Amino acid sequence: MSQNPNSSPEEPGGAGERRDSGAPFGTPGSAGGPGAPPAGAAGSESEAARETVETMVPAAGSAADPRLLARESGVSGYWAEFMRRVKGGELGSLPVIVALAVIWIVFWALNSTFLSAQNLSNLSQQIVGTGMIALGIVFVLLLGEIDLSVGSVSGLAAAVFAVSSVNNGVNQWLALLLALATGAGTGLIHGFFFARIGVPAFVVTLAGNLAWNGLMLNVLGTSGTVNLPNDDIVSKLYNTFYGQLAAAYSVAAVAVALYAVVAWLGRARRVKAGVPAQPVGEIIARTVVLAIVAFGVAYVFNQYKGLPLAPLIFLIFIVVGDFILRRTVYGRRVFAVGGSIEAARRAGISVPFIRISVFTISGFMAAVGGLFLAGQIESASQTSGGGNLLMNSIAAAVIGGTSLFGGRGKTWSALLGALVIGSIQSGMNIQGLSNSIQYMITGAVLLAAVVIDSVARRTQKASGRA
Amino acid sequence: MPDSTSAPVLELRGVSKRFGAVQALTGVDLAVHAGEVVALVGDNGAGKSTLVKTIAGVNSPDEGEIVWQGRPVTIRGPHDAQKIGIATVYQDLALADNLDVVGNLFLGSEISGAGILDEISMEGRSRELLDTLSIRIPSVRIPVASLSGGQRQTVAIARSLIGDPKVVMLDEPTAALGVEQTAQVLDLVERLRHRGLGVVLISHNMVDVMAVADTVAVLRLGRNNGFFDARRTNQEEIISAITGATDNAVTRRAARTSEHGSTEAGFDASFDADFGPDDRPPAGP
Repeated sequence: MSQNPNSSPEEPGGAGERRDSGAPFGTPGSAGGPGAPPAGAAGSESEAARETVETMVPAAGSAADPRLLARESGVSGYWAEFMRRVKGGELGSLPVIVALAVIWIVFWALNSTFLSAQNLSNLSQQIVGTGMIALGIVFVLLLGEIDLSVGSVSGLAAAVFAVSSVNNGVNQWLALLLALATGAGTGLIHGFFFARIGVPAFVVTLAGNLAWNGLMLNVLGTSGTVNLPNDDIVSKLYNTFYGQLAAAYSVAAVAVALYAVVAWLGRARRVKAGVPAQPVGEIIARTVVLAIVAFGVAYVFNQYKGLPLAPLIFLIFIVVGDFILRRTVYGRRVFAVGGSIEAARRAGISVPFIRISVFTISGFMAAVGGLFLAGQIESASQTSGGGNLLMNSIAAAVIGGTSLFGGRGKTWSALLGALVIGSIQSGMNIQGLSNSIQYMITGAVLLAAVVIDSVARRTQKASGRA
Repeated sequence: MPDSTSAPVLELRGVSKRFGAVQALTGVDLAVHAGEVVALVGDNGAGKSTLVKTIAGVNSPDEGEIVWQGRPVTIRGPHDAQKIGIATVYQDLALADNLDVVGNLFLGSEISGAGILDEISMEGRSRELLDTLSIRIPSVRIPVASLSGGQRQTVAIARSLIGDPKVVMLDEPTAALGVEQTAQVLDLVERLRHRGLGVVLISHNMVDVMAVADTVAVLRLGRNNGFFDARRTNQEEIISAITGATDNAVTRRAARTSEHGSTEAGFDASFDADFGPDDRPPAGP
C-alpha cells in the first residue's frame, strides 16, 4: 500500500512529492537529482537529520504507515526501526526493562533466594500499593503536572475505611466506597483549585499533603492505630491466593487469548477498511512473547501459594487505564492537554474539566493504593501514607518511563517502575542492608530515570520528535 | 473562479472594535465570496489580527454587523464561529506535538462510539482528506513533532477543514517557511479555492499575496484603506496603501510623469486616482 503512489494530477502537489521522496533516499550522493532542493541535501549532512528523513521516505507517495516498511524487510526491518527509535530518543520502556534485568541479576548473584518463587510472589504483592498510587501519578504526569498529596491521601483513605468499618461498624463495602470517595474527593478539590483558581498544582497538592495528613490524624483520633481483622475485605484483597494450579494458568490463558483475539479482530477491521494494519507476523510474535511472560509468571506463582489476588487487580487496573488513555476520547484529550494546552483549548476541549478529572483519578488511585497498603499491614495507623511512599510512587511512575514533561507515558510504567523500586527494597532486605542505603540507592535510580528522560527529550528534539 | 457575482458568504459591515482607549477597528467592511481568496494586508497594528479574531468569535464587535450567507449573525465565541462554518488557522498553529497527524486532525471532534475512539474511520478520513488536498506527509501515524514547518502548516490547514467550513482564515501561513514549503502552502490555498471555500489570507509577504489572492483588502490604522483586484493592481500600489505613503515624493513624481511633466499635480487628486471605486477615505493624518 505504501508503494501505491498517489496519482493526483495536480502539478503543485507533484512538486511537494518530489521534495519529500526525491531528496535523500539513502543515496546522499545523488541528492542533486531532479527536484531535490538544496535545502534537503544540506540537511542530510547531520546524522540526526538523515535518520528522520529516511523514515519519511517510504511513504512519500501516499500517507502510509512506517510499520509497513518494517514488515517488508522482515526482522532486520524491525531492528532498523528499533535502532532508529532508540537513536531518536524514543526509548519507551527499554531503559527500565534493562534496569530491572540488571537489578534482578545482581541480587540473584548476591543471594539466589532473591529469584525464589516465594520472594517473587511476595514482591508481586508488595508493589501493588505503591503501583496503584503510581498509576494515578501517571495520569497527572501526562498533563505535565505533579501531585504531592498522594501519600497523605492514601493514609487518609485507609483511616477512613478502618475507622468507619471497625470502630463505627459501617458495612465493609460501604466503608470501602467511602474511602474511595474520600480519595476522589481530595483529588477533586486539588483539581478545582488548580484548574479553576489557577494555583500551581505543586502548591495545591503540597498544601493538600499537609492538610490531609492532619485530617487523617483527626479521623484516627486518640487511638492512633486501628487494626483490621484479617477476614476484612481490605486484608483479603491483599492476602488472598488462589491455590489451585489451574487458577494462575487459566488467567494467563485468558489474557493471552483475549490479546490475540482483540489484535486479530482489530487487524481484520483495519484490513476491511483499507487502512494499514499490523502484519500477521507481528501479532503472532507479540502473542507468543505475551504467552511466555504470562505462563512464566503463572508458573512462578504456582511454585509458591498460587495466584495472588492483589497483583491481578493491579494488572486489571493497568489494562483499564491503558484502554482509557489510548482508546477513548477522554484519554486522547488528556494527551492533548499534556502536549499543548493551547492546541487543546483551540480544539474546543475543556482544559479545566480534563485537569480536574485527572486530579480526581489521582486521588482515587491514591485511595486504592492506600487500601492495599492497609491490607498489607492489616491496620491503619498514624504513619500510614507517610515515610517515602510519596517519593516512591512518583519515582515509580518516572522510572517506568512516563515523562515528567507531560504528554508521554503509559500506565504500564507504573508496573515497571514499582517493580524496580520493589525489587531494590526486597533485594536490600535480603542482604540485610539498612534503610539508609536503600534510600540512597532508590534516590540514585530515580535521578538516573529523570536523567534518561531529560536526555531522551533532548535527543527527541534534536531529531525533530518533541 | 471566484464567484463574486453572487452574494458573499461572509460580509462585514462597518465593524468597530475598541480596547480601552484604543480604537482598534473603525467601520471596517469586508466581503468574502465562495471560491475567493481575500488577502488581508496591513502594517503591524493595522488591525488585521483584531479583525480575524472578531470574525473567529474571539472578540465581539462593538458596532457593525457580520452577515453570514445573507443573514446577520452574532458570533458569541470561537465555537459559534466554527459551528456556522468559519475555520481559523492561527499563526502559532497550536498542534499537539505528541499526538500523531490523525490525533491532531480530529482533536476536539473525534469520531467515536460511546466515548471509544474509532481510529479506523479517523485514519481513513484523514488519508482521504490529505489525498484530496494533495498534502504530502510521511505517515498519518507519526507525531506532528517530526514534521517540517511546511508540513505542520498544511496539517493545521487540513485540520481546519474537518468541520466542513465555508470560510477559512489563515493567519500568516507562510511566515517562517522556506521557499519550497511556502510554495506548498500557497498550492494548498489554491486548492481550497478550487473546493469553493472562501479564504481570508493574512500575510506580510506581497509576493505570496499577489500569487494567490483574488482580492486584496488593505487595513491601515484600523480602517479600510482600499480594496484591490489582484489581477489589476501591483505591489507598489498595495504597499503605498498599507503604509499610507500614497502621498510622498515618489508618487507625486510618478503622478507628474503620468501627467506629462505637469509641475502642478494635484495633491488630493493623485491620491484618489490610486484607488478603486469602493475605497474609503484614508485614515488619519
